[in-house]
Amino acid sequence: MKNLKQILGIGILAVAGLIFVAADHIDAPAVQGGASDITDFYAFQGENTDNMVFVANLQGLLSPAATSAATFDEHVMIEFNIDNTGDNIEDLVIQAVPRQGKMYVIGPVAPSSPGLSSVLDVNSVNDAVFVDITGYGSEARISTKNNISVFAGPRDDPFFMDFAQYSEIIAGNASGFNNPGSDTFAGTNVMSVVVEVPKALIGGTGTINVWVESKRRQ
Amino acid sequence: MKNLKLVSGYLFSALLLIACSKNDVPGNGEGVYNNPVLSGTYIQEDQMGRPAVNTVFVSSSSKDEFNRTTPDNQGNAFQGMFEANLLALSPAYANGGLNALGMDATTFTTVLATDVLNVSLDGTTTFYDGTNLLTGRALADDVITVELLLIFGGEDFTEYPALSNDHVDENDKPFLTSFPYLASPW
Repeated sequence: MKNLKQILGIGILAVAGLIFVAADHIDAPAVQGGASDITDFYAFQGENTDNMVFVANLQGLLSPAATSAATFDEHVMIEFNIDNTGDNIEDLVIQAVPRQGKMYVIGPVAPSSPGLSSVLDVNSVNDAVFVDITGYGSEARISTKNNISVFAGPRDDPFFMDFAQYSEIIAGNASGFNNPGSDTFAGTNVMSVVVEVPKALIGGTGTINVWVESKRRQ
Repeated sequence: MKNLKLVSGYLFSALLLIACSKNDVPGNGEGVYNNPVLSGTYIQEDQMGRPAVNTVFVSSSSKDEFNRTTPDNQGNAFQGMFEANLLALSPAYANGGLNALGMDATTFTTVLATDVLNVSLDGTTTFYDGTNLLTGRALADDVITVELLLIFGGEDFTEYPALSNDHVDENDKPFLTSFPYLASPW
């Protein structure tokens, strides 16, 4: 009996490891459901094709009722990382830090040092673009400075997937997806940070490698 | 003498004003006393490049470790785990099977294990639009179906059709054509 439990336990763990909770929604125990939990990341050419847009989404699966109370954590920095030399080490970062109802966005700028730790000094804020964090139910507040535009606040989760049916397949309860499928993320919101920057500030031409990180102030 | 003192005083005041305006006045008309202190050391908790990579290919017990491994070290640390999990998940790679990019399990997971999003600065940005591949990620990209096709679809996207498309092809709200592009919340 003990052995069976152990085998079952291991089986469930193995299956859980393969279930993907959406793009990155609720992906790991240390950040699950918290203010530093990144749900998604997008990078695309702007309406002005000289610009690149970066989107970080956090705190997935917010119901409309939960969204009105959702906030950014003032201890959590959202950092867009840009490698424009092909070594998968960031050469530039764009750092967003919330404080007292505003989102302060620094960069693109060379990081104090690459890697898991980011240091902001007292002068970091001087060149920041800042924007009022948009309240739930309000028109989007946008700030633009030095051709860099920023937004922070609740948005519809742009991610779509029949995650429920995927879970049934992984659990062995279904042999395939339904057609049509059902969007598990329909009607849910996320907390978004959107930054649009001139391509000239992040390499100008060629291919870059980008990723987003959440970092907590110590 | 009195004049000289006066002139010096004016000069000093003027210098002081210049110094103040240079150092203390932040942009956008914000007053100095409203300027927050953002300084500090921030330590990594979560990271993400391509959609669904950590969640699909990293085993449960390693997810936090993956989130705290820099991308330049992820390939060495995690490619083996990615390959084992891909083979366990999809029969399409068995017996030397390939995906539609002509990649076998080792080659495909070598690409995926370094979890960065490749982005072109020179034109169309999309995860996959039928022509362009991995030049970014646009809001409307059906990234899950693309990934399911690459995981289950085999050499020509036709293997395991019941598993290679979730048949949810678009968002539940239209996106905006202008900044901030994402739709307003529900």
